[in-house]
Amino acid sequence: MLQLDHLVLAEPGFRLEADVTLPKGARCAVLGPSGAGKSTLLNAIAGFVVPQAGRILWQGQDITDLPPGQRPVTILFQDQNLFPHLTVERNLALGLSPEGRMDGAARARIADALARTGLEGLGARRPGQLSGGQQGRAALARALLRARPLLLLDEPFAALGPALKAEMLALVREVAEETGATVVMVTHDPQDARRFADVTMLVAEGRVEAPVATEALFANPPPALAAYLGAG
Amino acid sequence: MASRAGALRPPVGAALVAALLVGMTLGTVAVVAAFSGASLPGASDWAAVRFTVTQAALSAALSGLLAVPVARALARRRFAGRGALITLMGAPFLLPVIVAVLGLLAIFGRAGVMNDGLAVLGLPRVSIYGLHGVVLAHVFLNLPLATRMLLLGWQAIPAERFRLARSLDLTPGAQFRHLEWSMLRATLPGAVLTVFTICLASFAVALTLGGGPAATTVELAIYQALRFDFAPDRAATLAVLQFALCLTAVAVGWSLVRDAGFGTGLGRRVEMPAPKGWRRAADGAAIMLAAGFLMLPLLALVVRGIGGLGDLPGGMWTATLRSVSVALVTTVLTTGAALLLALAAGRRVAGHRVFDVAATLPLAASSLVIGTGLFLALRGVATPSDMALPVTVAVNATLALPYSYRLLLPEARALHQGQDRLAQALGMTRWARFRLVTLPCLARPLGFGAGITAALSMGDLGVITLFAAENNATLPLFIHGLMGSYRMEAAAAASLILMGTSFALFALFDRIGRHVAA
Repeated sequence: MLQLDHLVLAEPGFRLEADVTLPKGARCAVLGPSGAGKSTLLNAIAGFVVPQAGRILWQGQDITDLPPGQRPVTILFQDQNLFPHLTVERNLALGLSPEGRMDGAARARIADALARTGLEGLGARRPGQLSGGQQGRAALARALLRARPLLLLDEPFAALGPALKAEMLALVREVAEETGATVVMVTHDPQDARRFADVTMLVAEGRVEAPVATEALFANPPPALAAYLGAG
Repeated sequence: MASRAGALRPPVGAALVAALLVGMTLGTVAVVAAFSGASLPGASDWAAVRFTVTQAALSAALSGLLAVPVARALARRRFAGRGALITLMGAPFLLPVIVAVLGLLAIFGRAGVMNDGLAVLGLPRVSIYGLHGVVLAHVFLNLPLATRMLLLGWQAIPAERFRLARSLDLTPGAQFRHLEWSMLRATLPGAVLTVFTICLASFAVALTLGGGPAATTVELAIYQALRFDFAPDRAATLAVLQFALCLTAVAVGWSLVRDAGFGTGLGRRVEMPAPKGWRRAADGAAIMLAAGFLMLPLLALVVRGIGGLGDLPGGMWTATLRSVSVALVTTVLTTGAALLLALAAGRRVAGHRVFDVAATLPLAASSLVIGTGLFLALRGVATPSDMALPVTVAVNATLALPYSYRLLLPEARALHQGQDRLAQALGMTRWARFRLVTLPCLARPLGFGAGITAALSMGDLGVITLFAAENNATLPLFIHGLMGSYRMEAAAAASLILMGTSFALFALFDRIGRHVAA
């Protein structure tokens, strides 16, 4: 269970409050206008933004003061998810140990993760030699190896075409089911939310609304969502 | 983002480096200022100030003006060997000054090619010593630098502007007024001022080609006051004057940097229009003359020195070994210090501006000012001769730091903005992060900076002259000694070894950097 307990994120000209709970194993979309603070919220959960007030708890344990790498979290950013100068294999090794050690057992697990994400035999390549979709797959393969209970996606597939994006979301679902991870995904595309997320959190006007079942939300959109969708 | 949890670790190493730099620059000036109270500048001191400013202004103006046609010709002509020539233009920065001087002497000196030619024609021989010799050497050393700076300016004009100029059928004159002149107005003052600042603090050229009441720079006067007159208080007064000169030049330079206002292009590759007719011939002449001016002295030096290689003077290899050791220690110190500062400044930790200023301070310092400060501060502790090599290492490391730092800073910033976040998200250990991320990403600028530092330190003929005795001379000082006893062929031969070692050290470190990065 992820709890944002009276969380306040603030910087000059910006303020976001969150007091919500997300059940373990949920697949949650974060929807809202640009500039509302969706990415800031994810970066706070991942440990890159220090909250002004409030706590972040995972399974009842306060993780607010933990450094990013020690949180039970894997985050995929919009870009720069792989080190461009390291091979895919080395990039994945960093998901197994923070020292990036690569022994026989590690190699086998990496090869397995590559195979399961459709990247068989590409371990020796550098990220620059992969297509955009393959880079996304490599980042997901590393998430698979890290197997942290919380998977945060900050629109990592926004630059991909619709078909490729749908493929990626299916892969995310597989990875999440396999690792039992709770997924929080920022998106600006309502289709992504409907296709992928069983619950959706709305971020608008300085507030994070409690997660609501996605279909129910779209069937009867609150004013803020209606304004965002432009449906009238 | 409000603040980053990972950035809270205080940069102890960088703070220590910054403190050392402030000590070496401002600290030595404070020592010097405290001593200078005992003596007010006299008439000869003011004459030295006047000469310093005059030669620097002439050298800068000539380098800047001559660089315009050369850079323009290089920007718009394509010919075999163009790339090699531009690369060669980077070499004089690394060329030991004493080697350049010996090369110029081989052409313009008393027994040089030019005077032999004049004698054949029955004309009187001309002397290279004095103001014109100092200016000649400074133009030789700095024309390539000015050319490269202006060439960058020309290449920074977006191709779209030239395309537009072509479609409007602007004449070459109109194109110059509308495009190239505004670029020159923005870049030429910076180039001229850079050369001016370098020439203000130039010591080795004045030491070898200047001298006497009419051609003594402040740096040279400091050397004479300490070494021959044993007048530390006068040296201190001169050092304060020198610091004031350099500080003014650097401060003016700071305010002069501005943007040409071309906006950005889309990176299209359109060649600059290359007019035909007499302009083509003029461009060819500019390139030939510049290449000849830069290469003939070195060729003459090689010709003169190659005969002496079989009979190298005793003590030369010891001096070479000493110089290489000094260069290697300096390189380790400078590169490590620059890395600590650049990483801290790149992370924008609290007080990162202080690191930036500390890394820039050495640009306003000069070898002999720091040397005088250290001489005065340490003279009760050790003999000058004992201090010679440690002080040389410390001064060289300080003076080379700004170059290494400036090379690293943009890469360190990019590293922080891009990959540091990912390294944090993965919880990589400090050692893994250094080994797998920092080092490979910064290897290129680290290697290049280390190469520059090693070459500069190898060829330095500055503070060592204040401290060294016969038995601990570096190679440049050893060569200077040979020149002093008119053993010009031996000096030429030894300077070939010096030049070879300097470039070899540069190439070695640069290659290591590329290898690690690849």
